[in-house]
Amino acid sequence: MNAPVKTQRFSRRALLKGGALTVGFALTGLHKAASAQGAAAVPRVLDNKEVDAFLAVNGDGTVTVFCGKVDLGQGLRIAIPQIAAEELGIGIDKIKFVEGDTALTPNQGRTSGSNGIQRGGMQIRQAAATARKALIDLAAKRLNVAPDDLIANGGEVRPKAGGAGIRFTSLIGDRRFDLKLDPKAPLKDPASYTIVGKPLRRPDVASKCIGTATFVHDFRLPNMQHARVIRPPAIGATLISVDENSIKKFPGVKVVRIKDFLAVVGEDEWTTERAARTLRAQWSDWSGLPAQDRLADTMRADSGSTEQSLVTKGTLVAPQPRNAKKLAASYFWPMQSHGSIGPSCAVADVRADAATIWTASQGMHDNQVTYARFLGLPKDKVRLIYLEGSGCFGMNGHEDAAADAAILSRAVGRPVRVQWSRADEHGWDPKGPPQLLGITGVVGADGQILDWRTDMWIAQTTKGLLNIPLLGPQAAGLDNIVGLNTGLISQNGDPPYAADHIKVVVHWLKEAPLRPAPLRSPGKPANCFAVESFIDELAAAAGIDPIEFRLRSLKNPRGIELIKRVATMMKWQTRPSPGADTNAAVARGRGMSYVHYKHSETFVAMGMEVAVERASGKIKVERVVCAHDCGQIINPDGVRAQVEGSILQTLSRVLLEEVKFDRSRVLSVDWSSYPIMRFSDVPKLDIDLVDRPTEPPLGAGEAACAAVGAALANAVYDAAGVRLRTVPFTPERVKAELNSKAS
Amino acid sequence: MPKYRLRINGSVRTVDSSDADKPLLYVLRGLGLTATKFGCGLGQCGACTVLVDGSAVQSCQTTVANARGKAITTLEGLGSAAKPHPIQTAFIDEQVPQCGYCTSGMIMSAAALLSQKRKPSEGDIRAALDVNLCRCGSHVRAVRAVMAVSGQRG
Ligand code: FES
Ligand code: FES
Repeated sequence: MNAPVKTQRFSRRALLKGGALTVGFALTGLHKAASAQGAAAVPRVLDNKEVDAFLAVNGDGTVTVFCGKVDLGQGLRIAIPQIAAEELGIGIDKIKFVEGDTALTPNQGRTSGSNGIQRGGMQIRQAAATARKALIDLAAKRLNVAPDDLIANGGEVRPKAGGAGIRFTSLIGDRRFDLKLDPKAPLKDPASYTIVGKPLRRPDVASKCIGTATFVHDFRLPNMQHARVIRPPAIGATLISVDENSIKKFPGVKVVRIKDFLAVVGEDEWTTERAARTLRAQWSDWSGLPAQDRLADTMRADSGSTEQSLVTKGTLVAPQPRNAKKLAASYFWPMQSHGSIGPSCAVADVRADAATIWTASQGMHDNQVTYARFLGLPKDKVRLIYLEGSGCFGMNGHEDAAADAAILSRAVGRPVRVQWSRADEHGWDPKGPPQLLGITGVVGADGQILDWRTDMWIAQTTKGLLNIPLLGPQAAGLDNIVGLNTGLISQNGDPPYAADHIKVVVHWLKEAPLRPAPLRSPGKPANCFAVESFIDELAAAAGIDPIEFRLRSLKNPRGIELIKRVATMMKWQTRPSPGADTNAAVARGRGMSYVHYKHSETFVAMGMEVAVERASGKIKVERVVCAHDCGQIINPDGVRAQVEGSILQTLSRVLLEEVKFDRSRVLSVDWSSYPIMRFSDVPKLDIDLVDRPTEPPLGAGEAACAAVGAALANAVYDAAGVRLRTVPFTPERVKAELNSKAS
Repeated sequence: MPKYRLRINGSVRTVDSSDADKPLLYVLRGLGLTATKFGCGLGQCGACTVLVDGSAVQSCQTTVANARGKAITTLEGLGSAAKPHPIQTAFIDEQVPQCGYCTSGMIMSAAALLSQKRKPSEGDIRAALDVNLCRCGSHVRAVRAVMAVSGQRG
């Protein structure tokens, strides 16, 4: 990478001077923990309609950007400052960045749905544009010239014609703008950009490589205790009795029991861990989970589901031509874990009248409401501070671990750090829910889609749910929210191609087997897997090349361009699937898919080259080609990293991942019972980013995920002539398909 | 309480432990060397990888008693911001980490490989890093970083 600017170490020190108050806020190291805790919050403007909520021009010439969204490794820490610096007209090295602190940053909603830039970033762009206009107006008055004759650049406003300018800091340094975000404030012409669009380095990367980064797992407070929560052996089991004597030999370790909430708390982490493993407790029996081997049938037959028509487009032309072909297929996507490499962890300091919680959660402000509720504190007395975590991709156990820590800190009257175990994380993180789709379609001999109907069976998100029901409060009998949260899992159920008639019906299920939560690109990997696989099935039925088939009925020029780019990169040979040699010992093939994310966001075309080993059933993905258009690119290297991650993580999900359970508990509780992709299986990636500087920037963290399943299934079909409709594509499953095809 | 003398990042540290089986991982983190991460405690993920006498070892699977007298290197000891180890520089140049939770373990595995083989093949690199799990998908960049540091830029 050719970064024009050297890595800057944005310290987490947000020195902001508002009026006469000066606040130093530092979280860079363990020894600074106390000052972080003790810092009095400056009366910040937190109203997200105000410029001051997002930006402060400091007396020293720097600008602090306050971002309610958090950097989870996806690069907001550089991309947001790039947007702000560009729009304001100041060097990127002058930007300080403060993220995810309910006392300092405005509520910009959860960092989710790949909307960090698309929405969060655009709010900040608007704030910066409003601020720039205000600075120019201030300077115009002082210089007694028309605002149009001035330009903001390099941290000062100066006459376009040349001559001395006035620094931002002398215009408004240490003072508030007192301005609402102006949606009409003129934005800079992208043609003049010098910062946006550059692959600047992410400021956290160096510290992660040197070993100085502070993850929430590394955060310590004075007088802090370590805790382990003991979850029941069966999901709905209740606690009958605890034998506190069983851990007598572990000095300083105490049992905390609140109803069914059981934990041990101690001074030394390892001693506490051993005590947790040793503690004897008796739990009730419970076996309320559905049978896993019949899960798809149970979902389809659920009599309690409610039906909703999501899409109805066009009219059915009858009678259909005689040579039209009618197809039907079902697709299943299993329950999956967020699979964070670091089990969840949090630190809480809960006092009688206020609480501070350090967490790696994606939803600081939402959590503030939820936690205040079960702690019985006013919302503004609960402060959440974001610290780096292990990539969570939705709601893993972070929210729960933070609730655990808060409950325990209140119980023991000291700061408490809760660290989940590997089995806790795999067993108890809320899961990406299972999805069942049925599709029927009619295709004409010319490849025209005459009719299309998708039925989906998925769990319904409870309306207005800010969070998910949390394990700790639930077990402890504290005020807890009730309901399901799956994210927007019903999108992209209809094809992005022209068809005479399209219908999408969702059968909303009232329950999910295990507590659900959004998992990266919620629902879309499954829906696009089904839709784009079925498109391939229609193409094969019509005897038409898969790309040719798509291009005949795709109208969107941005989509068309991506598909053509993929075809070129793959040197795609136009012919129908499957290929000629499907019975080879190692059958090779190629496939592709196309996604217009949520039908309104990022465009992705993806191609794959695979080898299917007949004897073992093993699929080797040799190459993934991806053309990606997320509109205006803020930081191309950041986008590229997100696309790489989306592809590899979803390949792992498609090839390997399914949470196994019996009637009582999750059985996939470590990396051998829930394997994920390793280095040896990583394919070659060729990513082609299309930058459209004059289009709005769109999310880059999810869209590519949605294209993976079908591209792979279609390539396997092309290679070996078998159609995989159930994820994961394990060797056993592939072998079974190959055998049933052969017989 | 029994005392253990350990050589960590070039200096001798004496630690107390009532449990001879205390994992080295907990010892290191307890000393404030928190770059080494807890990922599974089961020897399955590589997040806790450190160098013991130059070899990559999963510190969750090594006890304090076994570590006695051996030279232990963690990410903090490999290099510093002012004087990074070449593999650290390569990881920064390639912008490898996303969340970065796995990064420390990856760098230690790569450092061990490079100390044994000056110009490892791509296959060697993948094999050496195969114990290191990454959820964010930083694999491609990690391989590129190890290739680059051994002068094998494509
Ligand atoms: S924590 Fe040691 S291998 Fe996972
Ligand atoms: S960078 Fe997040 S786990 Fe590897």
